Amino acid sequence: MIAANLPALQVVIPLLAAPLALMLRRGSLSHLLALLVSVVSLLISYSLLQAVLTSGPISYAMGGWEPPWGIEYRVDAINAFVLLIVSVIGTVVMLAARTSVAAEIQEKKQSLFYTAYLLCLAGLLGITTTGDAFNVFVFLEISSLSTYILVSLGRDRRALTAAFQYLIMGTIGATFILIGVGLLYMTTGTLNMLDMAARLAPLTDSRTVQAAFAFLAVGTSLKLALFPLHLWLPNAYTYAPSMASAFLAATSTKVAVYVMLRFFFTIFGVEFSFDVMPLGIIFMALALLAIFAGSLVAIFQDNVKRLLAYSSIAQVGYMMLGVSFATQTGLVAAILHLFNHAMMKGGLFLALAAVCYSTGGTSIANFRGLGKTMPWTMMAIVLGGLSLIGVPLTVGFVSKWYLVLAALEQGYWPVAVLVLLGSLLAVIYIWKLVEAAYFQAPDEGAVVVKEAPLSLLLPTWILIGASIYFGIDTNLTVSAAESAAAALLGTGVQP
Amino acid sequence: MSTTLGLYNYWIVIFLMMVGLYIVIAHPNLIKKIVGLNIFQTSVFILYISMGKVKGGAAPILDDAVTVYSNPLPHVLILTAIVVGVSTTALALALIVRINEAYGSVEEDEIHDQDAPL
Amino acid sequence: MIASEMLMAPEILMPVILVLPVIAAILIRVTGNNPNLRETVTLITSVIVFLLLIPLAAEVLSGGRPTLILAEPFPGMPLQLTLEPLGMIFALIAGFLWPITSIYAIGYMRGHHEENQTRFFMLFALAISVTLGVAFSGNLFTLFVFYELLTLSTYPLVTHAGTEAARKAGRVYLGILIGTSVAFLLLALIWTWFLAGTLDFIPGGILEGTASPAMLSVLLLLFFFGVGKAALMPFHRWLPAAMVAPTPVSALLHAVAVVKAGVFTLLKVSLYIFGPELILGLPVTEFLSYLVAASILLASLVAMTKNNLKARLAYSTISQLGYITLGALLGVTGILGGSLHIVMHAFGKITLFFAAGAILVAAHKTQISQLDGLGRRMPVTFAAFTLGALSIIGLPPTGGMWSKWYLLQATLETHQLVLLATLLISSLLNIAYLLPIPLRAFFAKGNTDQTAGIQEAPLLCLIAISITSVMCVALFFFPQFWYELASMAVR
Repeated sequence: MIAANLPALQVVIPLLAAPLALMLRRGSLSHLLALLVSVVSLLISYSLLQAVLTSGPISYAMGGWEPPWGIEYRVDAINAFVLLIVSVIGTVVMLAARTSVAAEIQEKKQSLFYTAYLLCLAGLLGITTTGDAFNVFVFLEISSLSTYILVSLGRDRRALTAAFQYLIMGTIGATFILIGVGLLYMTTGTLNMLDMAARLAPLTDSRTVQAAFAFLAVGTSLKLALFPLHLWLPNAYTYAPSMASAFLAATSTKVAVYVMLRFFFTIFGVEFSFDVMPLGIIFMALALLAIFAGSLVAIFQDNVKRLLAYSSIAQVGYMMLGVSFATQTGLVAAILHLFNHAMMKGGLFLALAAVCYSTGGTSIANFRGLGKTMPWTMMAIVLGGLSLIGVPLTVGFVSKWYLVLAALEQGYWPVAVLVLLGSLLAVIYIWKLVEAAYFQAPDEGAVVVKEAPLSLLLPTWILIGASIYFGIDTNLTVSAAESAAAALLGTGVQP
Repeated sequence: MSTTLGLYNYWIVIFLMMVGLYIVIAHPNLIKKIVGLNIFQTSVFILYISMGKVKGGAAPILDDAVTVYSNPLPHVLILTAIVVGVSTTALALALIVRINEAYGSVEEDEIHDQDAPL
Repeated sequence: MIASEMLMAPEILMPVILVLPVIAAILIRVTGNNPNLRETVTLITSVIVFLLLIPLAAEVLSGGRPTLILAEPFPGMPLQLTLEPLGMIFALIAGFLWPITSIYAIGYMRGHHEENQTRFFMLFALAISVTLGVAFSGNLFTLFVFYELLTLSTYPLVTHAGTEAARKAGRVYLGILIGTSVAFLLLALIWTWFLAGTLDFIPGGILEGTASPAMLSVLLLLFFFGVGKAALMPFHRWLPAAMVAPTPVSALLHAVAVVKAGVFTLLKVSLYIFGPELILGLPVTEFLSYLVAASILLASLVAMTKNNLKARLAYSTISQLGYITLGALLGVTGILGGSLHIVMHAFGKITLFFAAGAILVAAHKTQISQLDGLGRRMPVTFAAFTLGALSIIGLPPTGGMWSKWYLLQATLETHQLVLLATLLISSLLNIAYLLPIPLRAFFAKGNTDQTAGIQEAPLLCLIAISITSVMCVALFFFPQFWYELASMAVR
């Protein structure tokens, strides 16, 4: 009975746990609940993935109401993979959260943090599981609102303005998605994704559908922080509490990419999106700009959290570049990078949380001498940085490989060269950190720094270790990405 | 109904949408931004609701005498969206209260000036 | 009996040889507080590694090509170790010179009172492991992996001093090496995969007929400029920059391991990816060989202007690497000559660097102008220097003559008289910038105040220098072993 209801439980459990976390006044109890729920979500995601890999897509009718009139939760190769990513990151971050949150957030607000986290987790899992277009909007707003709360809990007062700016831009983006869904409903009369896809096929000449396409493109691009709609991201990641940054950096843009893939590949179909509408060119141009603008700006940052935030903007550019090719290899590269970037950035932000915990700040000055005083943390940052650069034997290399291969397959020489040049920019900003940590002595009168506690180190190394492991043994990730890409490209009416 | 004037509901939607977006972008006062956001969201609500009206349709309450009903689904969707909108507004206003405590102002440029030298 | 036979199986020996230096690195870290114990770990491991290479060489000479697949990150593109003659040559010189350099390094580091010696020896062992990985690589992907790891593992050695100058040099080092490898080499790699569907090293090449000569020419250029470790101008600046490292690092890594990894890569690409015949037929080859010739001559000319001994030797290395790069473009005989030059140059250059370091430790002198008359105080050092110089120049009775011989023959075979002239002029330039040093050291009237009280280099340094300089001469009389391996590779 439980097994049959897993898709619903995936979302409902974190959702119900959220008010519970609020009622548990003590931060440590809320944390325990959040950790438990994250682990349960992980188990559910894993079993869903197993089920999908063995027996194909799972369709679940919420409340017993049959689709396409009822809300359908549909888990197939793509979202099972994304579900796994979100719940893995959630669990690992929760393992580390106790120490870091206790250090950065006042006692009376800690349970609020975990409440918002659980709501965010529920929202992200809901976006991923659902097969109904409007439901996506609902969960999108749930996760966004809780994200605004998470960001605003940061220590610096700029967290408040960052949350506010994110709120404005995020709401506009979500409302654009709502408009797009509304226009689609107007033309097709259904909100179920697969039903919509079937009904849209003959309607592609309609101006309404094209308008819906445009609104959805802008709305999703804003959510996934595609240049130039990325302005909310640097401030939000920089001023949020370290654990919030870690969780958000590794999940929120990934889920937004998933939403974009759903809308443009499953619902609109690859022919309409890329042959009729110029989505490929637009995404390619913006992605390349994102890669270079993001990396260049990152080089000049003094705050390392902001540096990694701009690096994330560049990495989203890589994902979108893969999408813009609209080929099997291109999509594989994009989906692979979804997973790989989650590992890399999650690990890097967790390591950064350790630095923040031990040194009290995250500017380059805080990094001086860390090579000696926090060797394990720095080693994790170096390895994560090498993965960002794309050194072989790391996950970053695997994504880059497929991306360049996809470009070469299409004959896009300049793009291949630009991708590799972008990696070189990453060398510069990673090496800033390396030099500060290993070549410079700590400032006079600075706080005496000790290595981070195990509760922070272990989760960091789990993610960093994963980013090395999956760079060598790519079977799981590549095969998952391949089936996901095939499912996205070969979409039409699904049985 | 398919004449330009006949599509007056869409014109209203577009007008409200533009007004709302303009206020969000142009006004430095944070509370006014939220008002603008609300107007923007309201335009979308009107879009949905007005598309639900079927020509010659009655209110969607089951009655044997009625043959054509207006579509109740958009209303349901909009109820959800209104709730979302209200939550967003509440959260935004709470943030503004905190911002006012921290900065002593709710004007965007004044806040920006206070942060700039940091 | 069976167990030890299994243990000695080449497929097992290869990963064992790669792992041993890593284990040594860990042990060095652990015994860091006891310098003598720590040094013993290095010495014993390096000797064991060399001894284990011997049965592998026997296997390769008898025609075996042991292969081991470590992992398969990409379908159809495994991390694979395959031993073939060229790789064996490289592995043997790296394996032989590691213990020698360790002996030298112990004498040097102690004599110079260097800091962070534990870290030094640890990283040294790791770098050797990676170098051997390059030698054992069975396909281009594996080679690339170890190539990048080599850059990363030698960076801390280059910046060992931790000073501002070291940091800046490290940036140049890393910037050029990673820049060229990511922008050009990786592109070439993926393109090759795209064209040929494989990255395996196959005799005769894998690219025949996969693309137009124009495209293959571009690919060739990408490879040759992408291998920054071959120090082909204009991507050569990292070599003189890396001279900021302690001399044992310069000696082994930048006269032997790192630079040889570069030209080794080029030779393997020429031999097994393109194939010598294909290269000779490409339109760009002649142009490229002129570029290489220019690099050879320019580097020699610059070497003549350098007063700093290590800088002069660095530019000499750039020039000598050009010889091997040129050989890669000149067909089978050229590749043969290049392979031999890997050996001869390694021994010759390492002798010269050892001498430079000895002069630094014993006499605290770095500039050539200060060396007048020093030879009378440090006769062993400068005698060794002379032998190394002769090998670099290519004169008998040193081994360098043989590799030069085959390279000159290759230019004649391909009717490249310009290149022939380049090699001959370069030899003359070599004489001009190398021989005056020992001549003035022995025969010039030195400043007795300066040279008073200077003794010979530490004993361990002298032992190392003597071994390598004797090898330079021995290679003249007994080059057959290396010739066997090299000609097996090009057959």
